[in-house]
Formats: sequence, C-alpha cells, structure tokens
Amino acid sequence: MEFLYGIPIIGLFIQFVAYIIQIGPSIAPIMLAISVPLAFGALCGIMNERSGVVNIGIEGMMLMSAFFGFVAAGFAAGSVDFDTSGPFGVTPPILLGVAVAVGVAVLLSLLHAWLSITIRTDQIISGTIINIAALGLTGYLNRIFISPNPSLGAGTFQTWRPPEWLTDLPVVGWLFNMFLHQGPIAMSLIVFVIVLQVLLFRSRWGLRTRAVGEHPRAADTLGINVLALRYRNVIVGGVFAGLAGAFLTLEQTGSFQTGMTAGRGFIALACVIFGRWTPIGAFGAALLFAGADAFGRTVGLIPPTGDLAGLGSVLGAVPEQFYGVLPYVVTIIVLAGAVGRSVPPAAVGRPYVKGGQET
Amino acid sequence: MQMNEASGRDQTVSAAPSPPQTAQAGEAPPPVLEMRGVTKRYPGVLANDHIDLDLRAGEIHALLGENGAGKTTLMNILYGLVAPDEGEILLDGMAVEIRGPSDAIARGISMVHQHFMLVPVLSVSDNILLGEEPMSGPIFINRGGSRRRIRELGTNFGWQIDPDQRVESLSVGWQQRVEILKALYRNARILVLDEPTAVLTPQETKEIFAVLRKLRAEGYAIIFITHKLYEVLEVADRITVIRRGRVVGARKPAETDEDDLAELMVGRNVELTVDRGTSHPGEPVLVVDQLHAKDDRRHETVRGISLSVRGGEILGIAGVAGNGQDELVQSLTGLRRPSAGRVTIAGKDVTGRPPGSLYRAGLAHVPADRQRHGLVLSFPLDDNMVLTNYSSPPYSRLGGLIRDAAAVDRRADELIAEYDVRTPSREVAASTLSGGNQQKAIVAREFSRDLRVLVLDQPTRGLDVGSIEFIHRQVIAKRDEGVAILLVSAELDEVMELSDRIAVIYRGELVATVDGRSANREKIGLLMATGRASGSGIEAQPEVLTP
Amino acid sequence: MKPREWLARALAAGTVPVLAVLLGLIAGAAVMVISNSLSSGVTDLGLPFRAYASLLAGSLSGLDEVVRTISEATPLILAGLSVGIGFKAGLFNIGANGQFLMGALGAAAAGAAVSGSPPLLAIPTALGAGMLAGAAYGFIPGALKAWTGAHEVVTTIMLNFIAAALIAYLVTGPLATPGASFARTGDVGNAALPVIIGRADGTGNLGILLALAAVPLAYLLLFRSVLGFEMRTVGANPSAALYAGMRPGRLIILTMSLCGLLAGVAGAGQVLGISHSISASYSTSVGFDAITIALLGRAHPVGIFFSALLFGLMRAGSALMQIRERVPVEIIDVIQAVILLFLAADIIVRTIFRIRAQRAAVVDELQTVTRTYGGAA
Repeated sequence: MEFLYGIPIIGLFIQFVAYIIQIGPSIAPIMLAISVPLAFGALCGIMNERSGVVNIGIEGMMLMSAFFGFVAAGFAAGSVDFDTSGPFGVTPPILLGVAVAVGVAVLLSLLHAWLSITIRTDQIISGTIINIAALGLTGYLNRIFISPNPSLGAGTFQTWRPPEWLTDLPVVGWLFNMFLHQGPIAMSLIVFVIVLQVLLFRSRWGLRTRAVGEHPRAADTLGINVLALRYRNVIVGGVFAGLAGAFLTLEQTGSFQTGMTAGRGFIALACVIFGRWTPIGAFGAALLFAGADAFGRTVGLIPPTGDLAGLGSVLGAVPEQFYGVLPYVVTIIVLAGAVGRSVPPAAVGRPYVKGGQET
Repeated sequence: MQMNEASGRDQTVSAAPSPPQTAQAGEAPPPVLEMRGVTKRYPGVLANDHIDLDLRAGEIHALLGENGAGKTTLMNILYGLVAPDEGEILLDGMAVEIRGPSDAIARGISMVHQHFMLVPVLSVSDNILLGEEPMSGPIFINRGGSRRRIRELGTNFGWQIDPDQRVESLSVGWQQRVEILKALYRNARILVLDEPTAVLTPQETKEIFAVLRKLRAEGYAIIFITHKLYEVLEVADRITVIRRGRVVGARKPAETDEDDLAELMVGRNVELTVDRGTSHPGEPVLVVDQLHAKDDRRHETVRGISLSVRGGEILGIAGVAGNGQDELVQSLTGLRRPSAGRVTIAGKDVTGRPPGSLYRAGLAHVPADRQRHGLVLSFPLDDNMVLTNYSSPPYSRLGGLIRDAAAVDRRADELIAEYDVRTPSREVAASTLSGGNQQKAIVAREFSRDLRVLVLDQPTRGLDVGSIEFIHRQVIAKRDEGVAILLVSAELDEVMELSDRIAVIYRGELVATVDGRSANREKIGLLMATGRASGSGIEAQPEVLTP
Repeated sequence: MKPREWLARALAAGTVPVLAVLLGLIAGAAVMVISNSLSSGVTDLGLPFRAYASLLAGSLSGLDEVVRTISEATPLILAGLSVGIGFKAGLFNIGANGQFLMGALGAAAAGAAVSGSPPLLAIPTALGAGMLAGAAYGFIPGALKAWTGAHEVVTTIMLNFIAAALIAYLVTGPLATPGASFARTGDVGNAALPVIIGRADGTGNLGILLALAAVPLAYLLLFRSVLGFEMRTVGANPSAALYAGMRPGRLIILTMSLCGLLAGVAGAGQVLGISHSISASYSTSVGFDAITIALLGRAHPVGIFFSALLFGLMRAGSALMQIRERVPVEIIDVIQAVILLFLAADIIVRTIFRIRAQRAAVVDELQTVTRTYGGAA
C-alpha cells in the first residue's frame, strides 16, 4: 500500500485513510465520549421536535444541569464523608449530582413547555431565554459559590475497563473497547438510542407522537390529547439534556467552567436535522462531529510520521485553532447541505390551539 | 378532555350497528340523535342560535346552508370539539354530555371533516388505527391483524385498499375513502360528513352517494353537510336549512325544489347565476406553449400544457384538485419556475420571470390562498391595497428611496369606496376583515390595475353568496373591457357559469377544450375524473404517483 | 400620525416592557439576597438597595460616569439595531457577537496598517474596514439562509465561535505586533477616534455620534423607505412578499449584511475609540444584550435606543456595585434573563398589574423566524 502514497493529491487522500485506520481504534473511545453530550442533546431535540416543539434551549439546559449537578455533588461530598464507592466509582454525592442535574433540566423543560404550549409564545424566544438565563445565572453563581472554593468537587464516575479478551478480538475488538471503555452515562447512550428508535416507530406512543408532530389537529379529532402529549415529551426530553450536562461535569471532567458547553447544544440540533429526526441517525451524526473533534486533537498528539510524513506536513501547516472550530464549520456545512433534503415534522414550531383555526 | 386510555381492545368490526332500541310497543323508537336548543356564541357572532335537529337510524339527513351559516360549528359541538353555551344533546333519548372527540367516538359518533384529517407521511392503516391502536402488550402496536380488517372493510364497498401505502401519495378521492373507513373502523352509529363532495368529480360524487345509500340500508344514521342544492335533492331523506345560525326550514326532497331551497338558504330571491352574455374576443394575449413544471417534491405535475387566452374572453380550467392546477398557476404567475416551455404576454416572452416583472407586463393574479399570498394580515389595509404595485410611482419616489404614504392612503380610500369593502377604517389590520371583504380588497387591488391578463385562482372559495355574486359580476365586467382572463376553480359550477371556453386538466395535461355554451356537465365530469370523454368507468386501483 | 396618537401608541407599547424591567430588577434583588445568604449565612435585606444605589452612582453621579454610561450604551445601540432590524425582516440575528468581533478585527488590522497616515485618511479607512468585515460576516448566514434554507439561529451561533477562533489565530500569528508582552495587534495610532467629551481615556469618543446617527437612519429606512417596506413584508409574511413582486432571497441577504454592518461598526468603534488594539482573546457579550434590548424595544429604533441606554446604565454602574457591595457583575445577566422571561410570558405581567391584553409583547415577526426553522417558509 505504501507505494501509493507518492501519487500527488490522491496519494495524500490514501495516506489520510491509512492514518485514520492507524489511529482509529485508539481514538474510538474518545470519539464516543465526545459524542455523548451531542447525542443526548440530540435525543432531547428529537423528543421535542418530533412532537412539534422547537427547542433551541438545549444548550442552556445542558449548562444549568452541568452546573447544578456539579455543585450539588460537590457540596454533598464536602459535608459528609464517604469512603465506600460502588461500581464505576459511584458515590452518593455523585449520584445526587446526577439526580440534581436531571431535575434541573426537567424543570427548565417544564418552563419551555409551559411557554411554548400553554402561553404559546414564540418557541425560539423561549429557548433563547433559557440559554441567556443559563449563561448569566451559572456565571453569577460560579463567582459566588465555586470560585471561592477551588477544591470543590465530588470527583467523577470512573471508566470501566473491559476485559482484554474482549478488546483483543480481531475486527470487532475495537468496537467493544469503544462502547465499553466508558463511564456509565456514556455506556447508557447506545441503549437509549436503540430504545428510543424502536419505540418511536413501533410503539403506540411513537405513532401518536409522530402524528402530533405532523398533523396535530388530525390527532385531536381522534381523541388524542395533543397538549398533554407534547408536555410529557418535552419533559422527558429534559431528562436527556440533564444527562448530557451531568456527563460534562460528573463523568468527563470533574470541574465546571463558565460557558463550558461551548455550543454543543446547537451542534446537537444539527445532529437532529442531519439524522433526519431519528435517534440512530442523530447518533451517527454525533459520532461524525465527535470524530472531527477527536481527529483534531489526535493530530497534535500522534502526528502522522514515517510513510505518512507527506500527510503530516500538510496537516502540520494547518493552524491549531482550525481543529477546534472544525465541529462548528461542519455544523454549518451540514445545515446548508442537509436542510434541503431532509424534511422536519410538518407542524414543528406551530403552537396548537384546540378548536381554533388552522395556524 | 380525556386521554383515550383504551388499549388492548380487540376490534371486531361489525358491518351493521346494533338494532334500534325497543321502546313502547307500537311506538317508533326515539331518534338516534336529538339536538335541542343548541346555542354557541363567539365574540361578535352568534354561530348557533337555539338549533333543533333530530336524526333517525337508517336515514340521510342533509344540513344545508351557505358558507358561514353555522353548520360546521353545530357538528363540532356534536363531535365534542366545541362546547355549547346552551342546549342539550340526546342519544337514544338520553341526555349526554360530549366532552371531546374520544367521548364522541366512544358513543358511536364519527366525523369525516371537510379538510381531511389525515397525516400525510403515515400509511393508510396507521391513519385509520390512530387513537384506537390494536396492541400486542402494553407498548407495541399489533399491525398485522388490523391490516386484514382494513382490507375487508374496503372490500365491502368494492375498494382495493393497500394498507401500507403512504396517504400523501393517494389521490383526493382515495383519501376520502380512507377517511370514511376511518369512521367505520370505530363502530360508529352516527356518521357526519362535512362537505364531502367539495373536492370530487361528478362521478366520484355519484359513487359517494352510492356508498351513503348502502350505509343507510345497513342502519347507519348519517348527517350530510353541504351548500350544494342538487346534492341534497338527490340523496337526502330530510333537509334542514340553516341561515345565520338559525334553522329556517325543514323539508323533504319531494316537497321542494332548488329555488325554494335557495331562497331559504339566502333569505331572498337570489339569482344563482350571473348572465355572462356574449364575449367578443380579440387577439390572443396569454400564450402558453408546452409548459412543464415540477411540484415541491420534484414530481412533474404540469406535463406539456399549451393554451392561449384571447383578450375579452374567459378560459376556465376545470379539474379535480391535485391534477397540476396549483403548479400551473404558480408557473404562470412567477411563484414557480417552469422546467420547460414558453409563456408570452402580448408577444413578449415572460417565461420564468418573477412576479414583479409579470405585473409590469400587465398580469394580475388573485391567489387561491388569500391569507398566505394575497394579503399581509398584520399590515394595515392601506398597505395591502398597494401590495402588488408598492414600488411604482406615485407610491415610491426618488428611485425607491421614499414611500409616499399620502399617495398610498388616497389610493386605498378610492378602492375601498369603489369596491364596497366593509371596514371601519383603512388603518386597521387586514386580519380584522371578514373573508369576503378580504377577497374584495384583493379583487379591488388587482382589478383596478392596468391589465392585459388576469389569472384567478379559486376566487370565491369560502365566500357567502352576496360576495360571490359581486365578484362574478366584476369578472364579467373585466372581460368586457378586453382583458384576457384565466380562471382556475375547483367549483365546476363557477367554471361553467363564467367561462367562454372550458379546458379540463387531468394529470398535468389539458385533455380537452370545449366551448362554454355547449359544454355538457356529465362529459366534463368524466374528463375530470378519467381524462377520457367516454370510458369504462372509474379506476378500481388506488392511484400511485410515480416520481 | 398625529403626535398625540403617537404618544398614546408609544405608551401602550411600552407598558409591558417597562413593567418587565421592574419585575426583572425585583427578581435580581431576590437573587442577590438569597445567594448572599446561602454563601455567607447572613440575610441582608438591605443589600439590593445598596447595590442598586451604587449602580446608579457608578453610572450617573458625575460627568465621567455619565460619559461612561453613554459609552457603554454606544455599542449596545448599534448591536440592538442590528438585532432589531433583523427581527423586522423575520430574521433572528444571534450572531451580533461574531459580527462585532469581525468588525473589531477589521478595524484593528486596518488601523494598525494605516496608523501613520493622516487621521482624515486613517479613520475612515479603519472604520470602513470594520464595516466591511462585519457586513461580510452577516452576509454569510444571510446567503446560507437564502440559498440553502439553513436557519440563521444555528449558523450565526456557530459563526460566533468561529470568529473567536479566527481572532485567536490571526492575532497570535500574522497580525501579531512584534515585541509586545502579550499577543495583540498593533496600535491604531492616527486611526483612533478622537475624544469629543470627557476625559482622555477615550470613552467619550466620536463613536457616540455614530450610534446616535444610526437611530434616526434606522427609523427612516424601516418606515419611510421602499426597501424598509420590503424588509418588513418579508418579515411579516414571506409568501406574500414573493407574491407582491419582492425578492425575499435578496432581501434576506441584504438585511443580514446590514445587521452585520451595524454590529461591525459597534466593534470597530470600540477598538478605534477605546482599546486601540485587540488581543488574541478579545471577546464581547454585546450580542446577547442586544437580543434583550431589541425585544424590550419591540424592534423599533426608538424603543431600542432607550433600552440600550438602560443597559448601558446598568453595565456602567455594575463595576462600582461589584467593588462596593461585592455583587458580581453577572447579576445583570440574571436580571436580563428575567426581563426576557416576562416579555415572553407577558400574561404574567398583565395578570400582576391587571392590564388589558395589548398586542403581544414579543415581536410579531418572530412567527416568521420560527416558521422558517425547518427550512420552509
């Protein structure tokens, strides 16, 4: 294969593929970890938009969950001593943190649901309010509660190490490593994705949700409670956003920074669109975005050398900031390319008025 | 509003409802349905004013009234979508309170709405069983058994239903069949059909009537809402006429005729048709040559249409909705790019030009959707009155820099007076006007420009008889001034009344053009439904649009 | 419209926003007291009063303070107009931050390049570069929306992040000044905006006049020009705009570019007037403030002007508040969020104060913003 590297331009591309194959197995777990907040955010987006509600406040929900989960866990750990720890290194403070994170996101979802479904205010504004509120409130409270306590923290979930005989399997070993060399929240992701996918297309709940998102009046005339269904789905979506936030501060890192979500909530929306509003599609999109991010990080750490030096010099000329913005650039490209082809649920964004005119 | 918690019900569909209740010996059983003194008020209007209605098993009861009379409100009350302010509803002699559609359905009331309540992206069977899903276990739907039942239901009427076909690929006539199956699937006893023939050809209408008669023979109680006089005379057992929210008369078909019913419906001696006189057409103004266009999903729906409209004549396009009329009109008025073909106005090539360019060439367009295209509802009426010529002097000065608000106001006042648009002032938002006055405003704006070609798309849809009459007169007047007029309408009556020549559109092609005076309703209906002037009947297979 | 009618209309339109601000201040007070008591154990009910008092002192107590308030308000007026004009055309410009940064970048780079030229040449050049950069950065999401349907709500946020990264790269690389203690662009020298009022620290610079001029210009554009009529029609009903003979695609691109230009001027003004150069981590939050300002002002230039003044006041005085009462300046963000909440759920405000339903407190044209979310108008 190496002899192909010398061909101009195409050779570079072949080098690129070879490089991916080389680093792939080792960055696969990292890739999955990076995709976790994106995919959970996308699941939240799917729950909302499949029911007909636009939710751009996922970013804010994630941020608030990350913050409050971290603070709750930190203060719990600081006030009581625990020296026992269970699987994944779980301790009661960390569990409390996750519960608080999910609870906060659920509350915010309730607010968004109330504003969008009952008050019928503009849904993008409702989401924006949550984002601005999250940034401001967490920034403010960060100053008051966290900055004075630099040692605050309850630690994180530990990643599990799958047994070597599993990860050493030929061909599929790296897959097991990718999905199992993770903490609990990351491991649960694929389960949620599959379960949601099946439920959305085979269960009664899924059929009614899709009907409500496409033609709520038709569903209403058949006795389905459109508003209640939307409320429930938006609130359950909040659970996913809460898990995303909990992951950030209780599994991936053990600390909180102002604005640490860095746009992940919006990239999650792009995943939803790119994945055609299906859980599996969105998960695939999340892996794609995460892959771009992981690639960028790896190029600096394990640059292509030896036979692949040609590629290495090309990639080395690219400024380091480029890899950091790759997810954002890819999001824009996806939106520009995908929107024309994938069709959202027909009633998305339109508040439903019982017994009223068609909006 | 209750959530429909029914689950796990194994549906056995009975072909006939349960036998009528036995009452006292010798007496007729109580009516299946009675509505007494039903009243409903909305802000500013009394939609239903102490209405009494009764319905027996095995009868077709027609509810007749013009648009806006209150028929749909009454049925929405029956179906639980709306709560009445006063009055009561009795089923089999017992007073009931219907709290919502699931309640109505549980009591055996099913409704086929005027605008189809079908979810386009879902399959036929998903649409039918939505809300009453057969379950295997608490979570998952059991689709297998229901497929068989749906096929059986369809065979009962001679229809071959494919349960897995997506509803959006069905023709309008087939969609209505799905709606009817939806109602029957739920063990209804009472069937309400709201304007079922609005989008059907004469042949399909005949077929629906046959279906209704069959259902009547099986013991169903049917309410049939319409504003079409000849239909009630043909199929109804009893007729109740509603005007302005009140019952103004009850008849049997044998004891009445169209004139009598029309007078009841409208309240005065009304001329149902406008005499269009003779036309004196001149040179062709609008010439369309081999036009092709695609719809939003890239299907070609205009497949080589050629037509020409002369100055001083009205060419009417008749056809069932969904045969390409929308895309044809959009391609001629700049709202859609044709994929091939040529359009000229007075010899000038205007193919694919945007609306502004067409308007400058002398075209005016009264759009089908007045609230979406024709008006900006949140803007004041005066801005709307110059919507299509806002950029021309005198409303725009200094090369488009400044808007002359005074000129706009003057023009608005002129038009409002001349066309009798009822509004408190020219500064109110257009949304406050009634449908009829909104349409009059659009007509005022478009008819009073410097015109060579006028394209009218469903110009009187949803309007009351008075407004319809007014607009029809204006159209004839414009024709007599020498304007070339293209009329597209789903109301065959309107097309036949106004057109000097009639063309029939079928699957994107013009399959015939006939002279207006000698046009035969039956023949045109056949052309609309099948594309052929004589035929062996209606296709039995559901139509599938091929990409 | 007669002046009295205009006044009546303004009062009616302004009622809910004013009350929303009031409620926001009250909520901010509550947050202060509660968070203070949680962290220090003391429930200090007098804290909000002292905090707001020092806020006012820091913003209005003397000429220096007033100048600082106006100076803080200047970029907010421009950014507020940027977002507000977008709203009027049915576009949600969340990218004012990124456009501001690009404007600052353009002005800083051009300013450094012409720093030795005579001011009459240098200033317009640097300002023009800032405007152009901002307009280009608004053009991108506008073109994406018009040509591909990609909704500006997500693309502009992505562009915000990209702008920050672009600055980091350029300022540490090609644009870095040699010999500086940290990575920054060169001083703009003669391209600096002259001071017209107040002290020499540059707060009271010419940029103020730019902002003040922008308000009547925006009004004339929106309500007296044909172009403004077209923009408002696209915002109110894009389908009708097409039918009316307008070109919605071109209008979207034009409007977004204009929004970018305005935000870019804001950024250019800050650099040329006050900081005279930018560092690699140059950032701003003006874009988010601008959203609240535009909504408070109901997307009307006059309303935006007053809202921007209010926020300028709050931002200017917050530093003193933080010094004297140790209340972090981020409390302004919290107040802002609460104001937004009450604007969106104006029913709460109306219930508390028993006001009859007026027009919706949130801008009507936002319906178009949400309706185009899925890619269709």
